[in-house]
Amino acid sequence: MQQKDIVLILARDLAEHLSSAMFLVDHDGTLVYFNEGAAEILGKSFSDAGEMRMEEWSRQFSPMGPDGDPLEPNRLPLVIALRERVPAHTNLRIEGADGVSRNIAVTAIPLFARQEDFVGAVAVFWESE
Amino acid sequence: MRARIWGCRGSLASPGPETVRYGGNTSCIEVRPSDDHLIVIDAGTGIRALGIALGRDAPARIDILFSHLHLDHIEGLGFFKPLWDKNCEIHLWGPSSAQKTLREDIARYFSPPLFPLHLDEIPAKLLFHDLPVEEWNIGITRLRSDAVIHRGPTVGYRMEDEGKVLAYLSDHEPAVGIDLLSVSPDWVSGYGVARGADVLFHDAQYTEEEYAEKVGWGHSSIAHTVTFGLISKVRKLILFHHDPLHSDAQLEAMLIRAKELWGHERNGLALAYEGMEIQVV
Repeated sequence: MQQKDIVLILARDLAEHLSSAMFLVDHDGTLVYFNEGAAEILGKSFSDAGEMRMEEWSRQFSPMGPDGDPLEPNRLPLVIALRERVPAHTNLRIEGADGVSRNIAVTAIPLFARQEDFVGAVAVFWESE
Repeated sequence: MRARIWGCRGSLASPGPETVRYGGNTSCIEVRPSDDHLIVIDAGTGIRALGIALGRDAPARIDILFSHLHLDHIEGLGFFKPLWDKNCEIHLWGPSSAQKTLREDIARYFSPPLFPLHLDEIPAKLLFHDLPVEEWNIGITRLRSDAVIHRGPTVGYRMEDEGKVLAYLSDHEPAVGIDLLSVSPDWVSGYGVARGADVLFHDAQYTEEEYAEKVGWGHSSIAHTVTFGLISKVRKLILFHHDPLHSDAQLEAMLIRAKELWGHERNGLALAYEGMEIQVV
């Protein structure tokens, strides 16, 4: 079993202590953790969801733009942070695993460890009007 | 591979009658892999006696690994005799910060008023290496460093020679913010360094009661140290980086508590002391 990068470990520690919803992915885009705040919005806990590859999580919650049209995965802030390694922000609509649709605002940032080593990305999101 | 401890005190040198059995010098370990290359981990005050012991037999090349650059891990460097030998080549390895290289950080120590001479005035040939992200070799020894939880840029080292592994995590607080037993080992700081090691030197600065007052200071309680050693399935756990306020008697009381947690039926738990020699087998 390989240890996760220390930056991911620290980010997870932070997420566990935040009420703000937080979603954490590694450098491959694999979802490695989301906290209880995120679980409320996504409608399922991380222990139920487990780790997921990007192709899976980017479609799992049926993301839609504010106009109601399906949002392509490459327009999701977290996918932009992963692929382009820049911060990104947007408002979108998702359908949680509990069947409830929610408007959320998402901000994602790439994570760089020592020597500019890219180790993953984190997204913070919250319900919006 | 064999190792000898020249200093195992944390934070501040603490000589005196109450620390004679385990020693008052700060962190320094001499490692001799099977090719007899001299690798030194940390340059606390213990490195001064190592330099004297090497005498005229100091090798032409010495490699010093810094876990981090807090003063107790570098303060002996200026008093390491080979530094003052123009025929000696010394390779210095350590974590860089986001703003400064290893050389720039060490140059702060070698400058007035902290030290009477500048780095450029040292006769030995110094070669600085910001730690590589990938594994690397020194002689036949395979090395790896991982950033770990402590204040400021800090790493642990994993050294492998002839299939045997020595791991070093002198300043480490893996339990900050989490219950070590509630998460998978891959989410534990330092696990990549320590996993399955034959010998692990690990921070054991505080009692459980002391730790409660010092959460986030970057060190471990004795309970966290033992739990980390068990999670990592190390064969031998050396309790290292003793608090400067702990007397020999207090350290021995901590060892009794550590053995309760480690399991009395299990061998391989010991307090580090100056002069301790360990065969990594």
